[in-house]
Amino acid sequence: MFDFLDGYDVLGAFWTTVQLTLLSAVGSLVWGTLLAAMRVGPVPLMRGFGTAYVNIVRNIPLTVIILFSSLGLYQTLNITLAAKDTDAINFRLAVLGLIVYTSAFVCEAIRSGINTVPVGQAEAARAIGLSFSQVLFLVVLPQAFRAAVGPLTNVLIALTKNTTVAAAIGVAEAALLMKDMVEKEAQLLLISAIIAFGFCCLTLPTGLILGWVGKKVAVKR
Amino acid sequence: MTSVLYDAQGPRAKRRNILYTAFFVVALAAVLWWVYASLDEKHQLDWALWKPFFNGSEAYTTYIWPGLENTLKAAALSMVIALPLGAVLGIARLSDHMWVRVPATVVVEFFRAIPVLVLMIFGNELYSQYTDVSSDDRPLYAVVTGLVLYNASVLAEIVRAGILALPKGQSEAAMAIGMRKNQVMRVILLPQAVTTMLPAIVSQLVVIVKDTALGGAVLTFPELLASANTMSGYYGANTIASFTVVAVIFVVINFSLTSFASWLEGRLRRGKKSTGAVLGVDETVNIPGHAGTGTAA
Repeated sequence: MFDFLDGYDVLGAFWTTVQLTLLSAVGSLVWGTLLAAMRVGPVPLMRGFGTAYVNIVRNIPLTVIILFSSLGLYQTLNITLAAKDTDAINFRLAVLGLIVYTSAFVCEAIRSGINTVPVGQAEAARAIGLSFSQVLFLVVLPQAFRAAVGPLTNVLIALTKNTTVAAAIGVAEAALLMKDMVEKEAQLLLISAIIAFGFCCLTLPTGLILGWVGKKVAVKR
Repeated sequence: MTSVLYDAQGPRAKRRNILYTAFFVVALAAVLWWVYASLDEKHQLDWALWKPFFNGSEAYTTYIWPGLENTLKAAALSMVIALPLGAVLGIARLSDHMWVRVPATVVVEFFRAIPVLVLMIFGNELYSQYTDVSSDDRPLYAVVTGLVLYNASVLAEIVRAGILALPKGQSEAAMAIGMRKNQVMRVILLPQAVTTMLPAIVSQLVVIVKDTALGGAVLTFPELLASANTMSGYYGANTIASFTVVAVIFVVINFSLTSFASWLEGRLRRGKKSTGAVLGVDETVNIPGHAGTGTAA
C-alpha cells in the first residue's frame, strides 16, 4: 500500500520543515523582542520605527517577502548570505524572510503581554529608582513573557504552517514534496493524509504542551 | 501603559535620549545607505526600470489591475463561502449534543492545524483528477477551496468566541421568558454576536487577501503577485521595482482594512445600544484552541 513512498524522503522533508521553524523562531523571537522594546521605549524615533515596521510587514503577504528574498535579493542583488550552493542559499533566504515577517507578530504578542502587567509594577519599580531599561528588563518583561506564552504559541504554530511558503522558492520541505508527489503518483488522498498527519503531529502537540506551560507559568492575579 | 514605563524625563534622561536617537539615526542611515549602494551597483534605480509605473497607465491596465481583480475575486469568494460554513461549524461546536459538538470540533481543529498551501495543492490535484474543471479555472477553484476550508474553521472559532463573549444574562433572560434553545440562538444570541465579531471578521479578511498570493506563487493563479513576475519579465528585469509596487498595493489594501476594523471596534465599544461585548481585532490571532490565553492588546 505504501510502495509509492519509495524514492521520496518524507521524513527528510519534515526535518527541513522543523529546521526552518526552529531557526526562524529563534531569530524572530530576538528581533521581535527588540522591536517590542523599541515600541514601548522613551525614544520617539525608535517608537516610530517599530510602529512603521510592524504595520508595513504585517500587511505584506509572506509569499511576497519570501519570493522577493529569492528573486530580488539573490537573483538581482546577488546576496547569498554566505552560502555556496543553491539549496543552502534558498534555505537561508527562506529563514530570513520568515524572520522578517514573523517578528512583527512576535512584537505584537509581547506587547500584549506587556499590557497585562499591572501599572503598579512599573510604578513601584520607578519609585525605587530603576532606569527605563531596568524597569523593562528586570520587572516588566519577565512578567510580560509569562503572560505572552499563549499568544507566542499561536505565533509559533502559525510559523510552523508558514514554513510551507518556502516551497515557492524551491526549499525541499513538506509542501514541495507533497506537490511533487501528487503530480507524479496516483494516491492523492493517501499522500495528502500523510502530509496532513505530519503537520498535525507538529502543530497540535505544540499547542497542547505550550498551552499547558502557558497556564503553568502565567502570573496569577 | 507605555508612558508609565518611564518617568517624565529630567536633564540627564533627555541627554541620554538624544544620544540614543543619534545612535539610531546613524544605524538607520547606514542601513539605508547600504541598500541604496547595492541597488545602485546593480543599476536597479535606473529610471528606465521605474518609468512604467510613473509614466502612462499601461503597467496598471495590462498587469496590475487584472491581477488585483483576481486577488480580490478570490478573497471575496472565499469570504462569502467560508462565512456561512464557519457560522454553522461555530454554532455546532456550542451544541448540547455530543454527536454534533465532537465532529465539529474535530473538523475545526484539523483544518486549523494544516497549512493553507497544503489544502490548496490538495484542491488543485483533486479538481484535476476527479472533475472536468478546465485548467484555466482550476487555480482559482483550488485557491478558493484551500482558503474556504481553512478560514471556515477560523471563522467558526470567531463565531464561537463571539457568542461566548455575550453576557450570560442574555441567554438566561431569553430562557426565562420560555424561549427554546433554538430560539435563544437564532433570535437573541446570533444577531448580537454578529456585531460583536464584525471587527474580527474584517481583520480575517486581511489574512485571506494575503493568502491569495500563495496561489500566484505555487499554483499559477494569475493574481497580483504573479503579475509582478510577468511585469518584471516584460519591463526588462525590474524585479525590485515591480515587487515594491505590488507590496505597496498590498499594504494599502490591508492597512485600510485593518484601520476599518479598529474603527469598527472602537465604535462598537463606545456604542450604547449593544451589550458592549466586542471581539477585538487583535483577538483573531489570539483565539486559542485552549481558552484563557488570549490577551487583548
